[in-house]
Amino acid sequence: MADHAMNDAPKSRRDFLFAAAAAVGGAGAVVAVWPFVDSLNPAADTRAMSSIEVDLAPIAVGQAITVKWRGKPVFIRHRTEEEIKAAQAVVVDDLRDPQPDTARVQKPDWLIMVGVCTHLGCVPLGQKAGDPHGDFGGWFCPCHGSHYDTSGRVRKGPAPKNLAVPQYTFLSDTQVRIG
Amino acid sequence: MTAPGRLNRAIDWIDQRLPIITLMKHSAVDYPTPRNLNYWWNFGSLAGFMLVVMIVTGLVLAMQFTPHVDMAFNSVERIMRDVNYGWLIRYLHMNGASMFFVVVYIHVFRGLYYGSYKPPRELLWWIGLVILLLMMATAFMGYVLPWGQMSLWGATVITNLFSAVPVVGDTIVTLLWGGFSVDNPTLNRFFVLHFLLPFVIFGVVVLHVWALHSVKSNNPLGIDIKGPQDVIPFHPYYTVKDLFGIGVFLIVYCVFVFWYPNALGHPDNYIQANPMVTPPHIVPEWYFLPFYAILRAVPDKLAGVIAMFAAILILFALPWLDSCKVRSGTFRPWFKVAFWVFVIDCFVLGYAGAKPAEEPWILMGRLASGYYFLHFLVILPLLSKYEKTRPLPESIGQPVLGGDAPAPAGGHGGGLAGGAKVLLALAILAVATPALANEETHLRKQDWSWQGVFGTYDEAQLRRGYQVYREVCSACHAMHLISFRNVGALGYTEDAVKQIAGSYTVTDGPDDNGDMFERPAIPSDRFPSPFPNENAAKAANGGALPPDLSLIVKAREGGPDYVFSLITGFAPQPPDVELPPGKYYNTVFPGHAISMPPQITDGAIEFPDGAPNNADAIARDVTAFLQWASEPELEERHAMGVKTVLFLFAATALMYALKRRIWAKVH
Repeated sequence: MADHAMNDAPKSRRDFLFAAAAAVGGAGAVVAVWPFVDSLNPAADTRAMSSIEVDLAPIAVGQAITVKWRGKPVFIRHRTEEEIKAAQAVVVDDLRDPQPDTARVQKPDWLIMVGVCTHLGCVPLGQKAGDPHGDFGGWFCPCHGSHYDTSGRVRKGPAPKNLAVPQYTFLSDTQVRIG
Repeated sequence: MTAPGRLNRAIDWIDQRLPIITLMKHSAVDYPTPRNLNYWWNFGSLAGFMLVVMIVTGLVLAMQFTPHVDMAFNSVERIMRDVNYGWLIRYLHMNGASMFFVVVYIHVFRGLYYGSYKPPRELLWWIGLVILLLMMATAFMGYVLPWGQMSLWGATVITNLFSAVPVVGDTIVTLLWGGFSVDNPTLNRFFVLHFLLPFVIFGVVVLHVWALHSVKSNNPLGIDIKGPQDVIPFHPYYTVKDLFGIGVFLIVYCVFVFWYPNALGHPDNYIQANPMVTPPHIVPEWYFLPFYAILRAVPDKLAGVIAMFAAILILFALPWLDSCKVRSGTFRPWFKVAFWVFVIDCFVLGYAGAKPAEEPWILMGRLASGYYFLHFLVILPLLSKYEKTRPLPESIGQPVLGGDAPAPAGGHGGGLAGGAKVLLALAILAVATPALANEETHLRKQDWSWQGVFGTYDEAQLRRGYQVYREVCSACHAMHLISFRNVGALGYTEDAVKQIAGSYTVTDGPDDNGDMFERPAIPSDRFPSPFPNENAAKAANGGALPPDLSLIVKAREGGPDYVFSLITGFAPQPPDVELPPGKYYNTVFPGHAISMPPQITDGAIEFPDGAPNNADAIARDVTAFLQWASEPELEERHAMGVKTVLFLFAATALMYALKRRIWAKVH
């Protein structure tokens, strides 16, 4: 009985209707999924906190501070002349992740980078007085032994990349906006 | 080998090891369904659809919600304001609860009319009632989660029902609370249970469908399936019919979500829970009102609770109370009348339950409660004994196929549909009556730009209103949910927002020395509060706390009209009214004695755009600003609603055309 009903209907008309209904219904269902997926993205209050401003005036030469940006530590180092020279003297081609020091800083005095090891996400040591600085005078990640130089480039150990440099802008000589 | 061949082999491979494909084909494709089901049979699949919607929206909401008394309310507001499409998902969930109950109640009444509880469907009926009970528990606990005033006090009242149990009542209540009142442990466990129960419901729904497919669907004639001529396969006939039904249903659902998202809720629930103050008029959500009326109808605490639970439990006894062999009400002239009187009685109960506990509503509730039980305990047993039923048709196929079918063929849908129309008219009347009653409060109704299907805000008006808030209201009223970055929506540039924020100082810290310090505000800071804490605010305002204005328009009955009328509602004290010291006479404030002195006078503010600045104009502007603060998503909501509903109309029309095409030969 049922099969009769199906077969007696004008075939092309039914096929067209079926295709149109399936296409419209399917498209609607797909579009309806988007709000649910997008709700998992960062919310407006999270996005509003995605840039911070830091006053550099109190940081003396040779000192470093750590600030929190997007939930992660950002290393800001006021480098000494020797550290800058050491960073610039490295032969770039020998590096695992070849980058000249000039590509990693806007002003040679200020090294600003995300303090998260590019191996598996630990925070390298080297910010505080008494911390180990690794074999290259920069940072040392205690988790798996990656060594970073005074430009934050990986020189030894399992990390594949240099420490990331975030987007930042100098608003004045002593004011920087990160993000 | 062709791709379909390979696919078939893969399907066979799976099916031989786990016959899941056979099972699905058996229950959703081949399932032999009576060919004469009318549209009242759509509500079962609609209920299943709503369960899925509630679980999906609920899961996403749970990922953003914080079940803690100090944070729950604000985390819900964060969902509404900051989470991408959070307002949409929450309104879908919130109104989804109401839609779910509408659908399930219609499903239950359909079962009552067509005798779907009679042999051999008793177990199917009971499992359905278990689902209903689980749904009620889930809905109740879900309503507690936003931690508004109605959440807290609803939870307090409902959990206290158990204190009526003799001897161990108080122990049970303490156990439910996990403390000495509804508090953080209660909120935590309700969140866990509210998360768990939908999956339990899902499991019981599987049993419900299993039982259904064992005994097969009832039908409008209420007679048994006699052979293959009486049935058609579920797919494509009922799949397409159900899809069409879902389309129509979604349009109704979306009208609520996009234009009346709070119509079925209570303004008090936009006030954060306060265990020291009960709202003047506690009412449950509409779907509990009939049972609430039965509870209140009985003057004894324990008896009232028993009566309320009995009202649901009595449905379990229906297979015995109504022993008439004829299932469908279509063939029972007196049962039909009794059914409709019973439906009206349920509406009367709901109406009485929504009213304050005073006359004439108490009497009305008592009579309706009495009739509720009379229907089950006296009328149904008597009818099944003495009623003379009309002759039943030979088979399902006969009246459908035969051109000169007996009356039932035309009447089987009409019986329920005709009464439903009368009922709809009554329901509209019931909704309209309180609306008319509101006229008595003398609210000065205004035309607002955001009303209507396409309503939007007037940015210039919002900026003027913000100026009024900053220059006048903000001296006493905080708006702790609003950040400076939000006022970008009023048409300010990014730099202007920064400048506005920078003109405020906020306390931050502690700094490296452990000291708090002051700094200029930045756009991500919230509006600073005029007082360091609530007690300071009270002390500076003669003991009355100036309410936070972030949600004031949503949190007051009458919304923007109420706020506008209150601001402009100050009047000289009538000679026959006594005011306590420090109070002012206001025509719309409940009780008329308000602590806030009149603030808005003609010319109190100069607007840079030269807009009118008489008292009414200023009050309108600040009301518009407060409306925006309450519902910043409104413009996006209206725009999305228009697109969604237009799409749904097109998709539903297509489904209808396809349904007619597929059904062409069955009719």
